[in-house]
Amino acid sequence: MSLLAVERLSVAFPGQVAVRDASFAIEAGETLALVGESGCGKSVTAFSVMRLLPPNARVTSGRILFEGTDLLAEPPAGMRRIRGKRISLIQQEPMTSLNPVLSIGAQIVEVLRRHEKLSRRAARARATELLDLVSIPDAHRRVDDYPHNLSGGMRQRVMIAMAVACGPKLLIADEPTTALDVTTQAQVLDLLDDLRHRLGMAVLLITHDLGVVAQWADRIAVMYAGRIVEKASIGPFFAEPLHPYSRGLLGARVDVDTDEHYLANRLSEIPGSVGSAAGEQGCPFAPRCPVAQAACRQAPPPLLELDAVDTGARAVACPVSVAQTGGRHAAAVG
Amino acid sequence: MSAPDLSNAAPPAVAALADVGNRAAPRKGRRLRAFVRNPTFVAGVAILGFFVLLALFAGVLCPGDPQDIVGAPVLWPGEDAEFPLGTDSLGRDVLGRLVYGARASLLVGISAAAIGLAIGMVVGSLAGFFGGWIDGLLTRLIELFQTTPTFLLVVVIVAIREPSLQTIALAIGLASWPTVARLVRAQFRSLRESDFVMAARSLGYSRTRIIVQEILPNALPPVIVAASVMIANAILTEAGLSFLNMRDPNVVSWGGMIGDGRDQLRTAWFLTALPGVAIAFAVLSLNLVGDGLNEILNPRSDQ
Amino acid sequence: MRMGRRIATTLRRTVIHAGPTVLGIIVLDFLLLQLMPGDAADVIATEAGVATAETMAAIRERFGLDQPVLTQLMNFLGHLAQFDLGYSPRYNMPVLDMIMMRLPGTLLLMVTALSLALAMGVIVGSVMAAWAGRWPDRVLSVVVLLLYSMPGFWVGLMAVVLFSVKLGWLPSDGNMTIGAELTGFGLVADRLSHLVLPALALASFFVAVYARLTRASMLEVQRQDFMRTAHGKGLHPFFIQLRHALRNALIPVTTVAGMHLGNLLGGAVVVETLFGWPGMGRLALEAVLARDFSVLLGVLLLSSFLVILANVTIDLLHAWLDPRIGEAG
Repeated sequence: MSLLAVERLSVAFPGQVAVRDASFAIEAGETLALVGESGCGKSVTAFSVMRLLPPNARVTSGRILFEGTDLLAEPPAGMRRIRGKRISLIQQEPMTSLNPVLSIGAQIVEVLRRHEKLSRRAARARATELLDLVSIPDAHRRVDDYPHNLSGGMRQRVMIAMAVACGPKLLIADEPTTALDVTTQAQVLDLLDDLRHRLGMAVLLITHDLGVVAQWADRIAVMYAGRIVEKASIGPFFAEPLHPYSRGLLGARVDVDTDEHYLANRLSEIPGSVGSAAGEQGCPFAPRCPVAQAACRQAPPPLLELDAVDTGARAVACPVSVAQTGGRHAAAVG
Repeated sequence: MSAPDLSNAAPPAVAALADVGNRAAPRKGRRLRAFVRNPTFVAGVAILGFFVLLALFAGVLCPGDPQDIVGAPVLWPGEDAEFPLGTDSLGRDVLGRLVYGARASLLVGISAAAIGLAIGMVVGSLAGFFGGWIDGLLTRLIELFQTTPTFLLVVVIVAIREPSLQTIALAIGLASWPTVARLVRAQFRSLRESDFVMAARSLGYSRTRIIVQEILPNALPPVIVAASVMIANAILTEAGLSFLNMRDPNVVSWGGMIGDGRDQLRTAWFLTALPGVAIAFAVLSLNLVGDGLNEILNPRSDQ
Repeated sequence: MRMGRRIATTLRRTVIHAGPTVLGIIVLDFLLLQLMPGDAADVIATEAGVATAETMAAIRERFGLDQPVLTQLMNFLGHLAQFDLGYSPRYNMPVLDMIMMRLPGTLLLMVTALSLALAMGVIVGSVMAAWAGRWPDRVLSVVVLLLYSMPGFWVGLMAVVLFSVKLGWLPSDGNMTIGAELTGFGLVADRLSHLVLPALALASFFVAVYARLTRASMLEVQRQDFMRTAHGKGLHPFFIQLRHALRNALIPVTTVAGMHLGNLLGGAVVVETLFGWPGMGRLALEAVLARDFSVLLGVLLLSSFLVILANVTIDLLHAWLDPRIGEAG
């Protein structure tokens, strides 16, 4: 049984479908990278797992199984016992994701005392330990600092301390380093990876940065316009991306390897822009796709599970690419 | 002082400036629809329009002097068909007095707001545009006036002169400008660095022209919202003054009617209630207009 | 500790800032009153019925009214430095004593009304925000908008009709039952019952102001990332609103509360007159009618000082609510 299994999840906003039929699984202890451009639905997917969608969003279908229980069917009180304890969240903007009027110690203590029977004093001691764990210097003094006293990188470390405080099994990190500068980025991701091994948790890493994926993820799921278009292990994916969109992303990466924001820059060079997932007839990528055929515009291609020894668990939503790679991948409709 | 000759100006800059002037133009049609579609605004305008019509046609609707004694004293509403809303302690027609009262309230409200807006806009734009010591000085002045309790200040100014409608309007205007000044100052501070002001500066336009023609029109939306609230507050202040008997004895006003009715509070409370309802609805209409304008001109502000 | 230091910094800054404002107010008020037609001598002479030129001159000389304006101002400033607000020729007693007699009444009324307005406004505004767009919000929005539009003194009068005339529950005049020699609990209850209606009348408008503001501010806070962080910790929504949302939402509310203090004191003039409440506001009106400028000047000055003092309090409250305030840099 997977730690987390998202099955055919669809999420809609009024007049717009944000996530369409998304399925993926995370095994205990592994890091899955959910990759795509901004607005492709990856954050919405992550928030659905926590049941923290904005009030106007609605899950229209699907199941989210966490350790076998469907989170979408969980009552609010049960969900609150899971949040912060079994699954926790790190958001993109360290500048705004901490409450400006509470000290960082108070904000860590809060989650500890919510889920664990700890006295005020013990919780404070534990909060200091956690700050130490995420390598905040002088933790016993900084515990009374307010968010505005800390740099962005430090705040993100505080967020991580808060997220791992109760030893969660799954950590959802929504673009945790996008707002940070390059050196801090690597430090924070190193820290996350280190904690993952030490605490034995799985990480759902949401990012648009393939460099981050290559270095820190075990597996990847590529999203485009609300759909998952390719799932693969890191090795095979970078060796041979199958979906034309993945190839576009990766091709862009190889060209300008030195530029930190290669993805953002290069994506505009894939002709066209991200279409809305709503009301699409065929493959959402077809309008920008170099290998699109007439059939691609008729019906959305299903995610084909590829069954081959060298590819591991791999799936791609592009029959054209599968056909092009010939007999090397035997495809089965998934 | 050299008035710049437009014919000498570089064409691209003129084009840029023309763009500036037209900033709001393409959205005019949409704006108009937004006004009509906003229920808060429409409701406010409807009620306000009703009071404006009352004030304009008071003489036609209720001929005769509202100060005249026309019937028996203290008739309750409905008691005598001739006086649908009854008569006061002197036997004057309450309905007629309410209708004429709209005149005083709106007149004082609008002129006080106009005076307050004028002073506030001048002080605010000078402080915001020039900055430096001018700003420091004017900000102090604004703070000074904001610290003095407004109503007390109005009472003092009215006490200095005779309590006529003009004096009351002037006093309220003089006491209420700091809010506008703050608002305009903030707008000017953010707008004076904007591209279109830079363009105007590069063309060598005079400061007066930049302030009046370039910045002021773009600083207006929040001021328009503030104006409707200012009229509302002026009407409330006037009511308080009249209630305290600081009023023009020859003019019927709602606040004065409340003051007169207070002596009969135990026996004929409708004499106090009715003018209060009139004030509440007049002020309500202006607040609705203000809320509506705020939603239309500043769509991100709420919800 | 840290909190104490922050508050001390804020206090120091506000006090330094208030200095010039105090001086400006003194000069402004003095100049305003110089514009008054007629002076105290006229009033006294008229009342005494002895309006001969000699008596008038004598009165003017006695109270320094014959000096040049600038000299009068300097005299006034000099006296002020010794906490001397002058002498009321009309009431024949020092102005400061008169005001001090009335100050506690006004303070009690103001503090009660402001607390009432803040408490009710914040509660109503939070309820409106929690049910935003649904019927509790719509109903309360109408009520609040009505309160926002009604003159406070009229709300007071209508409350008198209901609670004093019709129901006979509450007194409508004065600040205590005259002649009833009450002690202990009876005394407190009597004072409180006299306080209810004036405080309500004074608070009504401000309840609406704070409710509207709290609603907007609470809705704004809901969109912040840290609210999702708090929900992500598994905290109870009610607890999140109380601890995370409200405290942030209160920052703009307290700012505006500070800006409205002057209006609150102004409103006290009407409400005190209406309810026969022995406070500074009513004294101001009596002084205007009696043309006793030294008293009026004193009231105007002291109310302004009161506003400054209250603003300092609000600033301190602000520094306590918002850790970003009061730190150097």
